[in-house]
Amino acid sequence: MPPKDVNTNNVIDQEEVLRPKMVTVEMAGKTYQVPEGITMIKALWYTGQEVIRGAGCLGGFCGACATYYRTKDDPKVRTCLACQTAVEDGMSFSMMAPFPARKAIYQMAELTDPKQDLFNLYPEAPLCRNCNACTEACPQNIDVREGVWRAVFGDFKAVSEMFMDCVMCGLCVPVCIADIAPNLVALYASRAQGAHFTEKPERLYHRINEIASGRYDAEWDRILKMSEQELKDACSELK
Amino acid sequence: MTLRLLTGRMDIHELQKLVHKTRDPRRTQTLPKYSPAERDTLIKKHHPDYRENAYRPIKFGMNAGDLTVRELAALLEGESPVPENLDLSPAHTVDVLVVGGGGAGCAAALHAYARGAKVMLATKLRLGDSNTVMAQGGMQVAISREDSPIQHFLDTLKGGHMKNDHELLKMMVDEGPSIAKWLLELGVLFDRDADGNLHVKKGGGSSMPRLLTCSDYTGLEIMRVLKDEVLNQKIQLLEFSAAVELLSDGAGTCTGAVLRDLDNKRSLVVAAKAVILTTGGIGRLHIQGFPTSNHYGATGDGLVMAYRMGAKLLQIDTFQYHPTGAVYPEQLIGALVTEGIRSEGGHLVNAKGERFVNELDTRDVVSASIIRECEEGRGIRTMSGRVGVWLDTPLLDAEQGPGTVEKHFPAMVRQYKRFGIDIANDPVLIYPTLHYQNGGVQIDANSETGIRNLFVAGETSGGLHGRNRLMGNSLLDLMVFGRRAGTTAAARAASMPQGPMTLEHLRQFRAEARKHGVSPDVSSPMLLPAYAKQD
Repeated sequence: MPPKDVNTNNVIDQEEVLRPKMVTVEMAGKTYQVPEGITMIKALWYTGQEVIRGAGCLGGFCGACATYYRTKDDPKVRTCLACQTAVEDGMSFSMMAPFPARKAIYQMAELTDPKQDLFNLYPEAPLCRNCNACTEACPQNIDVREGVWRAVFGDFKAVSEMFMDCVMCGLCVPVCIADIAPNLVALYASRAQGAHFTEKPERLYHRINEIASGRYDAEWDRILKMSEQELKDACSELK
Repeated sequence: MTLRLLTGRMDIHELQKLVHKTRDPRRTQTLPKYSPAERDTLIKKHHPDYRENAYRPIKFGMNAGDLTVRELAALLEGESPVPENLDLSPAHTVDVLVVGGGGAGCAAALHAYARGAKVMLATKLRLGDSNTVMAQGGMQVAISREDSPIQHFLDTLKGGHMKNDHELLKMMVDEGPSIAKWLLELGVLFDRDADGNLHVKKGGGSSMPRLLTCSDYTGLEIMRVLKDEVLNQKIQLLEFSAAVELLSDGAGTCTGAVLRDLDNKRSLVVAAKAVILTTGGIGRLHIQGFPTSNHYGATGDGLVMAYRMGAKLLQIDTFQYHPTGAVYPEQLIGALVTEGIRSEGGHLVNAKGERFVNELDTRDVVSASIIRECEEGRGIRTMSGRVGVWLDTPLLDAEQGPGTVEKHFPAMVRQYKRFGIDIANDPVLIYPTLHYQNGGVQIDANSETGIRNLFVAGETSGGLHGRNRLMGNSLLDLMVFGRRAGTTAAARAASMPQGPMTLEHLRQFRAEARKHGVSPDVSSPMLLPAYAKQD
């Protein structure tokens, strides 16, 4: 809880807080007045609407609030995450309804040739017609189209790096004229990259063996028998 | 300009100048960590856990007389939405019901399924909507040559003010490496060193670099993979279905749950031989008026349901306030600025341009010191009445070369960029934000509560973290105890029949409330915060 007035200097000037300006926005086809600059989700709450579908982490990571919007007089429909986007005058927006994309089912450990298996699991992946709509739809600025091609050409490492920012909002899916779900293709390729094409970290396996073979048992005995004071002393020696 | 000087208001860039100006002198400065006595004094004076008027005793139940924050006490004593005459014919019959779809829930469901159980995962929002998906700082696992599980144990104990459950803690640190192996096999892409080993970073309050990370998207990456895996295993999934009450056999054993379908508002009874609660924390209760870093559904539902069933809660008087929650711009209030920035050397700077704490001290100490600076007039205020101190993000580029912030913290850069702020060039304003429930439902080493066949894993459980959770221990906690809960519940279910389903515990709880003169005016669990503006 911010404390009471302690210092009259060092106050950040925020006109929007001092004199909130009301703007007109259209939400799912209805017009409302809301304070400028609040997020789209907050605009829904501000107008008394309960949000169940469409809010998740509220921090831009879960993709629950995938939204289409248009700014004043601009015909271009854009995409965004509603918890991360501020409203402005004349804006229209609607949240995306869940889209029935097909997710392939696979047992990651049992795949023998994951790069080839991609074509069985997602046979539509190589049918990309290069329209680039997926890339334009991505609120995370991922080059989605490029990612799909990289997956098709077996460069799973590049896919995994490009899609680390993917919040699985699914905005790339309904726009695809080849019925590809690029986020799911990328997730498959990323997981395969991790499970099948990365080095085994020796030190981790070594530590697992050390623990299993009792390397720390004597030290544990000593630690767990310590009095509270002895433990405190041991802790205070930590840097 | 004159008017602004008179009113004391300044453009944010004017105020940031002092941070830029003092950067070079600060770079050579080392701040010692506080001594145990100093930590104690600081925390008691400035940490929100010690504001007496925010607390009250719980009136009845297993924790009668124990202190907790008023917001939680009201919910624990609250009224169940379930009538005692509800038709308890089950819509579903399973071996293991997992309630909650975050990291702990997915881990529990996957491990129970792998042991042959018929599993259902029911969650209030969507699969994966959780705090796990936002836990980007990393997961602590002691793997480096210089490190050991014992060192991890001691660090955690120190961070928790020596109040951690030793048995649970030993289990967590010992099983850490095997959890990392499991996640790698599922395809989680942890950052690597040049030699292929897992890269480890140093986290606040830790004596060794021990954080496994996936860029600054650790929780997102883990959650993406676990979600996908739950779907691959065709585990029965009910989204937008919130548990509102547990079921018992009338003799203290858990036998299922009542769910509320949030789409059609109907009740749905699930018969289960074991129930695993993985409903997460309490940030959305906004205790003491704090903003929160937590997801929309973090309303403490599991605590409420377990408490009504007669499970004991532990250390529910202590909460973690993450030191660096955003206070500017308005849109980001409460959102987390990852601890990774301090791990990499970011300074906290007050309105006088001074550092005031070793930034890598434990979260409670750093938060208390920020609150101290602000309470004593060395904070920067915003027009909306908030106050904060600077986190010097451009320092990272100054120290490690241009592009460091962009490369190491893409998620943070993106989050601020949306509001026209470039954190590589401008420091950000922060104040502690309600982040984590340190305590929770008491569990044993198998993640089982005092109620037979009722398991709890992840943030809903208590005891492991003591009075302050160490950074990076949460992701590990929920993987380790999610696995233990899932494995034990599946084994238990294989050897027993489904018990009778009653609301006897609820009848007793209501009788107890009446006996203590409590007539609750709130319905609980809360399920979702009431943000929609009323007329």
